Amino acid sequence: MRLPRFSRKTLCIPYAVFLIFFVIVPMCVILFYAFTDKNMHISGTNFVRFFSDPTKLSTIVYSLVIALITTVICLVIAYPVALILAHSKIKKKFVILMLFVLPMWINFVLRVNAIRELFNLLSQINGLEGLESANIFKTIFGMVYDFLPFMILPLYTTMMKIDTSLYEASADLGAGSVTTFFRITVPLSMPGVMSGVTMVFLPSMTNYVVSDMLGNAKVTIIGKFIYEYFGSDWHMGSMVAFVLLLVVFASTLFSGGFKSEENVRGANL
Amino acid sequence: MKHPVLSKCLKAGFVGLVLLLLYLPILMLAVYSFDKTDMIGRFEGFSFEHYKDLFANPKVLGMIGNTFLLAFLAATLSTVLGTLGALGMFYCKKRMKTAIHAVSQIPVINAEIVTALALAVTFVAVGIGKSYFTLLIGHMVICTPFVVLSVMPKLKQMDNSLYEAALDLGASPFKALMKVVLPQIIPGVISGFMLAVTLSLDDYIVTVYTRPSGFETISTYVFNATMKGNKHTAETLSSFWALTTIIFVVIVLFVLISNLAGRKKEADR
Repeated sequence: MRLPRFSRKTLCIPYAVFLIFFVIVPMCVILFYAFTDKNMHISGTNFVRFFSDPTKLSTIVYSLVIALITTVICLVIAYPVALILAHSKIKKKFVILMLFVLPMWINFVLRVNAIRELFNLLSQINGLEGLESANIFKTIFGMVYDFLPFMILPLYTTMMKIDTSLYEASADLGAGSVTTFFRITVPLSMPGVMSGVTMVFLPSMTNYVVSDMLGNAKVTIIGKFIYEYFGSDWHMGSMVAFVLLLVVFASTLFSGGFKSEENVRGANL
Repeated sequence: MKHPVLSKCLKAGFVGLVLLLLYLPILMLAVYSFDKTDMIGRFEGFSFEHYKDLFANPKVLGMIGNTFLLAFLAATLSTVLGTLGALGMFYCKKRMKTAIHAVSQIPVINAEIVTALALAVTFVAVGIGKSYFTLLIGHMVICTPFVVLSVMPKLKQMDNSLYEAALDLGASPFKALMKVVLPQIIPGVISGFMLAVTLSLDDYIVTVYTRPSGFETISTYVFNATMKGNKHTAETLSSFWALTTIIFVVIVLFVLISNLAGRKKEADR
């Protein structure tokens, strides 16, 4: 018997099998649980229950608002930083970029804990006692702090890819720096903005570690919901997960698919 | 710009301010980790008390060991699986490639909590009890797609004719792959591995849903200790300041050394 000829294509079989068992099947299971009742009969009751419950709807809106504020603040801070770094002529700018990424290597929960302790210290200062109960502010601060590198990296990568001759051409044709910024830099950095926004928006809607640790457990975001249902009602938990999947799907459509693959989380650093 | 010096100062000032904010919580913890008390805000004298506590607590040491062993195992397996997957996908027909790539992107863009819930529900539904195996699978699901993402660009940059030249010169396909293709993509493999390590070290959510009972990582342990938040845990919490400081110093040293090594390599050329 001859051994089958080695083909390079076959190398992807283990990964394909892994994806089927641990990505596709679990997603199907979630869908199945979301649309069945306790007796495993197909039903839409979870769906109706979810969308007719004011607490759930308000939590969704609340999470969306927190995520939106976090994303906008991240963008407002990250865009100038990325632009300055990309345009600066200093030789060591990679080192400065590394400085922004470095804190990411400290454990995520330890980082959130550090912010918590910082706020504890600050709230002991006269006049800043209000910080103690500023739960939403602290939550958003923590999220911006933790997710900022995910915004800076894709922005920096796309800005570095912009052909510098375009700036020269723009200046030659008489455009001022403001016009050049809005007509060249902004449109060409849009892919980076999109992938940065996706990387920040979803975690800030769902990562309840930050909101629990910094919000005195008074800030409930949609991720916490899933956690609470996990102990009691899988069907409802799966429905919440399904709604989140819809949000992911919508944001992927909105950002035009996920083409800028190498931007994600600095995968190319 | 009318005032080049002023604008330069403003730019440097802005980048510096953001960096200061990023490092402030960590530096503050580093300072207080050498303090005698468990309280932030009062500095009562220099001591290594918290460091001693950290290394005297077998529970804490156990969870640190758990975290790093898990990260190493998950990253190694993910790197092998992901590199093979990326190679296979690269040589697959376009339709197959797009399909696998799309599925591979699901854990990347999906909210982590949805991935975690889906896995946990599936494991229970199929009757697989939570064990180290399920935890490892959970971490591989979030790590492997990122390995694929960092290997893929290197494959695209690769000079394909080298592989054919190797075949023409009589190398077997497998040998050509190992001797010609692998060396060209190795930077992507290494950065994929590093990324997988950081993702696994950082993870809280997937760990909570897939771990066997009683298994603690840094993330789960610190989160629970913080959320309990009574006097008893204050002592444990302050030993985490020491842990944060140690991790931070190790990272800084690592970056410095790899930077110096890189410079030496350049000088050698």
